[in-house]
Amino acid sequence: MTTVKLTYREAVRAALSHALATDERVFLMGEDLGGYGGAFAVSLGLLDEYGPERVRNTPLSESGFVGAGIGAALGGMRPIVEVMTINFSLLALDQVVNNAATLHYMSGGQMSVPLVVRMATGGGRQLAAQHAHSLEAWYAHIPGIRALAPATVDDARGMLLAAVEDPDPVFIFEHATLYPLEDEVEEEPRPVDIAHAIVRREGMDVTLVTYGGSLGKCLDAAEQLQQDGIEAEVIDLRTLRPLDMSTVLASLAKTHRIVIVDEGWRTGSLAGEISAQIMESGFDLLDWPVQRLCSAEVPIPYAKHLEDAALPSAGRVAALVREMAI
Amino acid sequence: MPTLGADMSVGTLMTWLKQPGETVARGDIIAVVHTDKADVEVEVFTNGVLERVLVEPGAEVPVGTVLAVIREDGAPAAPPSAAPAPAAPAAPAPAEAGAHIAISPSARHLAEELGVDPALIEGSGPGGRIQRKDVEAAAAAGEAAAAPPPAPPPAPPTGLAVEDRNAAMRRAIAAAMSRSKREIPHFYLGQTIHMSNAIAWLAQENLRRPVPERLLHGVLLLKAIALALREVPELNAVWQGEELVLREDINVGVAIALRGGGLVAPAIHRTDQLSMDELMHAFRDLVSRARSWSLRSSEMTDPTITVTSLGERGVETVFGVIFPPQVAIVGFGTLVERPWISEGQVLICPVVNASLSADHRVTDGHRASAFLAAIDRLLQEPDEL
Repeated sequence: MTTVKLTYREAVRAALSHALATDERVFLMGEDLGGYGGAFAVSLGLLDEYGPERVRNTPLSESGFVGAGIGAALGGMRPIVEVMTINFSLLALDQVVNNAATLHYMSGGQMSVPLVVRMATGGGRQLAAQHAHSLEAWYAHIPGIRALAPATVDDARGMLLAAVEDPDPVFIFEHATLYPLEDEVEEEPRPVDIAHAIVRREGMDVTLVTYGGSLGKCLDAAEQLQQDGIEAEVIDLRTLRPLDMSTVLASLAKTHRIVIVDEGWRTGSLAGEISAQIMESGFDLLDWPVQRLCSAEVPIPYAKHLEDAALPSAGRVAALVREMAI
Repeated sequence: MPTLGADMSVGTLMTWLKQPGETVARGDIIAVVHTDKADVEVEVFTNGVLERVLVEPGAEVPVGTVLAVIREDGAPAAPPSAAPAPAAPAAPAPAEAGAHIAISPSARHLAEELGVDPALIEGSGPGGRIQRKDVEAAAAAGEAAAAPPPAPPPAPPTGLAVEDRNAAMRRAIAAAMSRSKREIPHFYLGQTIHMSNAIAWLAQENLRRPVPERLLHGVLLLKAIALALREVPELNAVWQGEELVLREDINVGVAIALRGGGLVAPAIHRTDQLSMDELMHAFRDLVSRARSWSLRSSEMTDPTITVTSLGERGVETVFGVIFPPQVAIVGFGTLVERPWISEGQVLICPVVNASLSADHRVTDGHRASAFLAAIDRLLQEPDEL
């Protein structure tokens, strides 16, 4: 097996390029995708390679171009739409909830919407309160779509390829701090599983459940905790809808303690949903109340020290675990 | 809802004997509660005014539930606009027998699996909550005894048939006795006590009493036990958490068989301080109230030792099972004439076999035999009792 070193950004680009090269129904659409390469330079160079028919710039109208993507998907294409940030994607929620997520159901299965929508999410880059929120839980609320949160270079590429093959709408949330992340991956792009969570680090004492941009923080916290003799197991959820609770509960059956680290706001969060499902299905496994570490319930601040204070961090994860009297 | 025994988890409020607005004084009976073992009168331990009742007659509620609010003398009356206090369970004291035990769900299952009694484990979590590691430590140390009996089925509702009441009592006894035999390392001592002096003294005493007030030899035995306990105080105690807690008052519990089967063992408070006549009166009163299911809550919870007498039908020796959390039970057989050899002579003497079942965690044969010897000695000098 030949491996290659890629950044997360390059991995997404590789998946886009692979999809464009192998499936003529695939095209890209989004703001500044062409010459500029998109706000996070993910599609840089693809315009030159595949031309303006397949790498298309759109007006600043999220509802318009997500709707166009839905229409193209209904018409037999495999559009991959980029929305600049999750905050802006809210303009397209009507298209998402009322069309993308419902048409297969409302047509009695006569239509399907094989649409992929990618967007950057999360804070940590001083992009302030209109660009830095983590609203994945809003999408994970919607029946009829799949919501993915790749946290590794391999998943960034492989999940996108699997999403393109999926007959239903798939939303991919790429945490903005991950684009420079570098890792060795197989040279040959291949789709990966998009249905299951995965244990990223094994441990006996406590389970840290997380996804996306918080995975690295949890792995760092696990390193810190190991110095205190605490072995933390780290679960990367990967798929936010449908949630894979079996992996979470299997880990809880081993550790009996669980911390959910979720960059979303606490109230109505994915962490809240996971907690509730643990109470429903895993109550008897618990040796300690379910703990949540979420973002402060404020608009994410611009100032560096305030932004750091508002977001989960490895130090805060470790501190919370140390309070659990393990 | 007071806990009226180690294995009581719920009780049914039968009737209120005081109404809101009435003045109550320490010792008053304000309600009657039905438990698996008896209908019990609930006493109050404060002077004041019954402000509100929070549980309606017929309601079955867990131990620890607030039944009523009493405004103590001197306390300001609740403003009329105040919202009624919720009938929330009172904050339970950890490790108190029958009280709620704070334990994580996972630790509870582990305790069941390992046969460890959570009541005997000290929790290391917040507020003393028991965690898995505490259960594991207790199991490893082998200190904790076997698992508690399964919770008795809920008490039957109000107005229950006699059969139901008997079945409930049988379940309560089953739970308490199973727990006792699982947890308490019993040892047994027996001693034959020469009763000539005691019987002679009794005959003399009864000559000057009208028939209904005559003393039975049983009260002599009760008094002798009570006084002997002063000499061996570790038998006048309860085993709580993982330690012996000595009791200052000597409250001998008297096992009373009920007509429909089953038994209760309510306390005669401060047995050692009562005169023979007071003791006789207290004993008769207790038997009649036990048989009419109208014991008081403190009588059910306060015994510090139990005595059981099975002489009526000729049983000579009794080997009792300790009623947890007590640490000893004294048994008496029938009073019977037997040959007695003294100074080379065979005499015919009234004797009674006294036995002691004691908890080997808290006492040993040597101390326990001193207790039986003290009973024997006291009964030889009935004037001093």
